[in-house]
Amino acid sequence: MPSESLWESITAAGAPHGRLYGVRHVIPLAELAHATSLCGRLEELRDRSVMLLAQDQLTAALALIELDGVARRMVLCPPDLAPQHLPALVRDAEADACVVDEGTATAAADVPTPFYVRADLTRSGIPRRSSRATEWVLLTSGTTGVPKLVLHTLESLMSALRAGARAPAETLVWSTFYDIRRYGGLQVFLRGMHAGSLVLSDPIEPVSNFFARAAAAGVTHISGTPSHWRRALMSGAAATIAPRYVRLSGEIADQPILDNLRAAYPAATVAHVFASTEAGVAFEVRDGHAGFPAALVGAPGAVELRVAEETLQIRSPGAALRYLGEGVEPLRTADGFVDTGDRIEAQGGRYYFMGRRGGVINVGGLKVHPEEVEAVINAHPWVRMSLVRARRNAITGAIVTADVVMAAAGVGSGTPPVAEVLTRELTEACRRSLAPHKVPAMIRIVSALEVSASGKLVRPLA
Amino acid sequence: MSVKTTIAAQFQQVAREQDRMLAPLSDELRLVQSGLDSLSFAIIVARLEDSLGVDPFNATEAVEFPVTFGDFVRLYERFAK
Repeated sequence: MPSESLWESITAAGAPHGRLYGVRHVIPLAELAHATSLCGRLEELRDRSVMLLAQDQLTAALALIELDGVARRMVLCPPDLAPQHLPALVRDAEADACVVDEGTATAAADVPTPFYVRADLTRSGIPRRSSRATEWVLLTSGTTGVPKLVLHTLESLMSALRAGARAPAETLVWSTFYDIRRYGGLQVFLRGMHAGSLVLSDPIEPVSNFFARAAAAGVTHISGTPSHWRRALMSGAAATIAPRYVRLSGEIADQPILDNLRAAYPAATVAHVFASTEAGVAFEVRDGHAGFPAALVGAPGAVELRVAEETLQIRSPGAALRYLGEGVEPLRTADGFVDTGDRIEAQGGRYYFMGRRGGVINVGGLKVHPEEVEAVINAHPWVRMSLVRARRNAITGAIVTADVVMAAAGVGSGTPPVAEVLTRELTEACRRSLAPHKVPAMIRIVSALEVSASGKLVRPLA
Repeated sequence: MSVKTTIAAQFQQVAREQDRMLAPLSDELRLVQSGLDSLSFAIIVARLEDSLGVDPFNATEAVEFPVTFGDFVRLYERFAK
């Protein structure tokens, strides 16, 4: 049975009434029935593997709607993707076309045949026709810095939405701080397209302007990470919107942020959701408390949770199928569970998230692998070893700090630098080669670091 | 040094480090218009915890998120006592 395409799914109950709100353009969804954003060239992309490199979220959204059911595969590249990773991604995704917009700033040599996507639609005489189940590929950060390609289908992405089936009688207006090319944002995109309208954000737009646009569109449901929400509360613009549903995901939702949001939006349901690109949406907690009820673990249902070595594992029809590329690790265990890498601990009938196993630091929803920061620090001639770790932070969840052991005299060249000079040089070195969230906010010079019997640095859990 | 001057110095220091154009600090300055981003605030809060010994955002009682620089200073003054 041929699966339903995104457009067929959106229009299953008749012509859509909703709108797609970008910063500069507003697109009534019904217009897409007889118009195209791809300058009349959609048919040329049929059965191709397409890198979606549009910079703007609205043009990316239009391309997703048109390409699903047409392209063989779509790779959803977020706008901050480092260009040096493109050749490897093109190779592993077997991409033979890419979709760009006027904001795409990529050297033509790095990408296959470009097609332009535009927010000013052109009339199309060709009826929309889907011929296959398109593969949706999302990117997630890997240890080596090259993003991993995570393979989904529309069916796996829609699984959480279908599970929460609701009467389509009323029109909802969704919005999100997330970029829709990341898993959390993509979930909101799909919800918005099926439930009514969607207001897209823009990374350089101030919160107050974003909320003003969302309010003008009548936003009812809105989602972001705890860090997004802390920024929103500090903007003084929180009262601009009056949503009925406020959603948090992507980071640990602590009790203060839940309490603050309940105070800011007394009429709204404040829910936090556990989801990951690989595991899909696992559960939603609506009781206003941090953590989640212990009874969810081991409970029967489409989505199953279990705890292995203090870490949450999930088996779900919403999970991704596999990673793409040569020699990649399996995405699931032999019995079909995805290891989330998130450590949890039971306390009084609830499980609480304790941070990432393996020390991955989450700074405002952006992952930092300690090893990549240590590599930069350790390159300094007066550094013997270093340990990069997370420090808990109420604004971004965590920030990066580093403990550094200096090399003994004679190992480095010349006279040893004083501590202040060394920390300044290390900070400058990190700033030159790392993204701002990866640069340690504090560097301490210490006399020694603990090394285990196996010769490995002892890394603190969480 | 008073709590306020410690905080002001930290705002200036972090703005310099993060290459951010800091708006002139006044009690009425809205934090969102200060020129600092979330990461800058995260660093400021961590450094202030080290220098003042308090982190009001991580306190057991729920605090209101400050909107202006004046709110921010008052929050720390309340907890630093």
